[in-house]
Amino acid sequence: MSQAIIDVRGVSKAFGGVIANHEVSLKVEPGKITGLIGPNGSGKTTLFNSIVGQYPIDGGSILFEGQEISRMNVQEIARLGMLRTFQQTRIFSKMNCIQNLLISVPHRKAAWRNMFGKHSPELIEKAERLLEFVGLYSKRKLVAGSLSFGQQKLLEFAMALMNEPKVLLLDEPTAGINPTLINGLIDRLKRANQEFGITLFVIEHNMRVIMNLADQIYCMSHGELLASGSPDEIRDDQRVIDAYLGAH
Amino acid sequence: MAGVIVPMWDNFQILVTAPVFNVQLILNGLSVGAVFALAAYGLALVWGVTSVKNLAQGDFVMMGGYLGYELSLHGVNPIVAIVPVGVLMFAYGWVIYALIIRRVIELDLFTSLLATFGLAITMQQVLNLVFGPDVRTLKSGFGRFELLDGMVDITQIRVVAFGLCIVLAVAMVLFLRNSRMGQAIRATAQDPRAARVLGVNTDLVYALTFSINSAICGVAGVIIAMIWVIQPFYGIAYSVRAFVVVTAAGLGNFPAVILTSLGLGVIEQYSGFILGAQFQQATVVGLLLVILMWRQTLLRRHRLALQ
Amino acid sequence: MTRPSLALHLVLLVAGIVAPFLFPAHSVQFAVFWIFVLFAMTWDTMGGQMGYNSLGNIVFFGLGMYICAVVQIGLFYNVGDYTAASGEIKIDFTDQQYYGGLALGVFLAAIGPVILAVILSKVLFGLRGPYFAIGTLGVAIAAAELTAAWGWVGGGGGISMPVFPGGPGMRERFFYVACMVTTILCYLFLRWLYSTRFSLAINAIRDDEDKAEALGLHTARYKMVAWSVSAFFMGIAGALFGNMTGFIEPLETAYPTLTFGIFMVAMTLLGGKGTLWGPIIGATVFYTLRELTWTYLLGWQYIALGVLIIVNVVYFQQGILGWVQARKPEWFGIRVETQPARAVKVDGKP
Repeated sequence: MSQAIIDVRGVSKAFGGVIANHEVSLKVEPGKITGLIGPNGSGKTTLFNSIVGQYPIDGGSILFEGQEISRMNVQEIARLGMLRTFQQTRIFSKMNCIQNLLISVPHRKAAWRNMFGKHSPELIEKAERLLEFVGLYSKRKLVAGSLSFGQQKLLEFAMALMNEPKVLLLDEPTAGINPTLINGLIDRLKRANQEFGITLFVIEHNMRVIMNLADQIYCMSHGELLASGSPDEIRDDQRVIDAYLGAH
Repeated sequence: MAGVIVPMWDNFQILVTAPVFNVQLILNGLSVGAVFALAAYGLALVWGVTSVKNLAQGDFVMMGGYLGYELSLHGVNPIVAIVPVGVLMFAYGWVIYALIIRRVIELDLFTSLLATFGLAITMQQVLNLVFGPDVRTLKSGFGRFELLDGMVDITQIRVVAFGLCIVLAVAMVLFLRNSRMGQAIRATAQDPRAARVLGVNTDLVYALTFSINSAICGVAGVIIAMIWVIQPFYGIAYSVRAFVVVTAAGLGNFPAVILTSLGLGVIEQYSGFILGAQFQQATVVGLLLVILMWRQTLLRRHRLALQ
Repeated sequence: MTRPSLALHLVLLVAGIVAPFLFPAHSVQFAVFWIFVLFAMTWDTMGGQMGYNSLGNIVFFGLGMYICAVVQIGLFYNVGDYTAASGEIKIDFTDQQYYGGLALGVFLAAIGPVILAVILSKVLFGLRGPYFAIGTLGVAIAAAELTAAWGWVGGGGGISMPVFPGGPGMRERFFYVACMVTTILCYLFLRWLYSTRFSLAINAIRDDEDKAEALGLHTARYKMVAWSVSAFFMGIAGALFGNMTGFIEPLETAYPTLTFGIFMVAMTLLGGKGTLWGPIIGATVFYTLRELTWTYLLGWQYIALGVLIIVNVVYFQQGILGWVQARKPEWFGIRVETQPARAVKVDGKP
């Protein structure tokens, strides 16, 4: 077994008296697609926010490629190559799609003088190619805020790819998307994983999607890790079924 | 620099060797702070309910003061004048709400700040045109108390003013807590959309909140005119103070707003005495910056920004 | 640059050069116009392009003005004695001394505000939205009060600036040209700046700073540079303005929060924020309105100003350019590209 790219060890996080995560430990294997499921309020998004540096954690440790990141802030972690998309899609609404992609280039090695550089034709070409990839090429000159919710989601996905992350954390990528488009999205996620070599870590509510997509699935309930395994193992796990049906 | 430091040190020495001066400063500070409390309370109310940050707060105070002044010229006792001024300012607040505030509630926050800033400029200039730039004061006809063998004296009107502020604040708290409208206001503050779905007329709530604030400010203005002075351009100073208080105490924490206001009143008296009157305003602003930075460092530990 | 755009630039440039010769009596007012344009453009870098609405940019203007004054006097005389005499002392500067002092003063008046901007950016950029606006407003008010209480620089009594050595009418013309050149340089600089990736970065900060951080953008760096650019040009403008008026004092000339400080916001909003030309158009319209009200509504001019701000932000949010853009989006390159997308071809890493 290769070294995990994200290694979460005993992470706890409470908001006031509410325990959102209690001693959660999980591993994301490089090059794979890992899923995170669980009923509403089970602490999935909190765990995501802790990993990417949105919240400080109360205890435990988070390693990214063997490096401790639990005390870093969002920007530093993003520059290491770990990126997230938001549940409520977030794009730069007054800029057009091309500009949205151009500003999403990796800022890993950005030096001071790079602030005043121009965008190379290759970069613009790459941005256009990625917009084609998500099917937004014809809308590339439109202001991003004028796109539909589903299109904004695709745009955010393209922005994430533009950033060439090592790991991409997706928070409910299919929520709010027209069911007929979901298959296309699954296909694109798989291609992002296989062709671009991006490790994916996905929160998802849609069981059909996650079973189809993931190589390995973790299930959370009440802030604790409940089960883990391959999609088939998870499907048949009585604890997971109970958690979703509300039995305790 | 020595020329500045030495008198400050001397002033400080006076406070140590003659402790009664402290009593005087604290009493003055509390009575002024009580007026700040009214303005800050109104600001926090409007801020919390409508999310509009009213930079014209201090100018509402000044306008109330001038209305009281105008009434007193017609022989109305200033204490009695509080009632008609409150009513007039309530109506004025309603008009301003309908013309301006209503249209900026849904827009971004800076818009409301700027719109009320424009309102502040307009109001102070109108007051200046009508009443002139001189400082004015209201003769309330009260005498003074002498305490501690005449070492400390305090005008009776300050005590009355303090009492009035307390009464008003308590009345507001009771209104918000117990009345049907008060409940609607609190519901709207928490979630305007949910309140609307549940049948609360949020537009009416906004209008009422803003008008109540305007009336409170008006009353505060009359009180300020009685215990101190009013001038068309003093408004901005009260606005800044109200912001300092609300930023420090936080929205929705009304006891903290009152206590912070009283504290600010006392601090200002001390800084005016020790550093000199010209630093009084700078102290308030400096305090604002310190508070903002302090809250910011607290938040940074939570990886958040103050917004 | 396209031909009509080049022609427009040339016409404006010629108009700018000819104006003081046609109306020599109005040179100072025309110079103020250029300074207004500079105010609006530099404010827009922060407020329009980056979404950080500062109500305290005027602090750089005042700081530049005072730095320049202190340098000009301090090179040849004891500043404390000079200000204590409150205008009684007249120093006879030689041409060389005057221009040398002015050059050094303007240089330091540009550097000083940049240093202040860097310091303030560490302190104030943790604040967002209205907190930032109020915090910067506080800085501007405090700066005015502290300067007024500082006897060494003349306190509230102000400083009489060194007398310009040239003949009658030369002072006005000299500073007119200086203001115009500074504003044009500022325009060219911003024009270049907005063509680089810098503009995308600060636009991204405006639209969603958290998202920009989540992408790993060096937001603190960009914000600091944006404010420093504003501070740099504001400082120079302050130095020139102080010398042009001949007498400076803290409340009305150097840190006029309620006049210049708010004008720059009003002008930008009027023209349409977040564009290169919006602030320029806004400044032009505002300046014209101001001249008219100052002439025909004397006594009422500030009321007219307040009402203008209210009407502007309440009823005409988008500004002149924004209004045009909403009607003719294709003029601004906002359109659906109807040409069919090329076949999706992604091989290997994009």
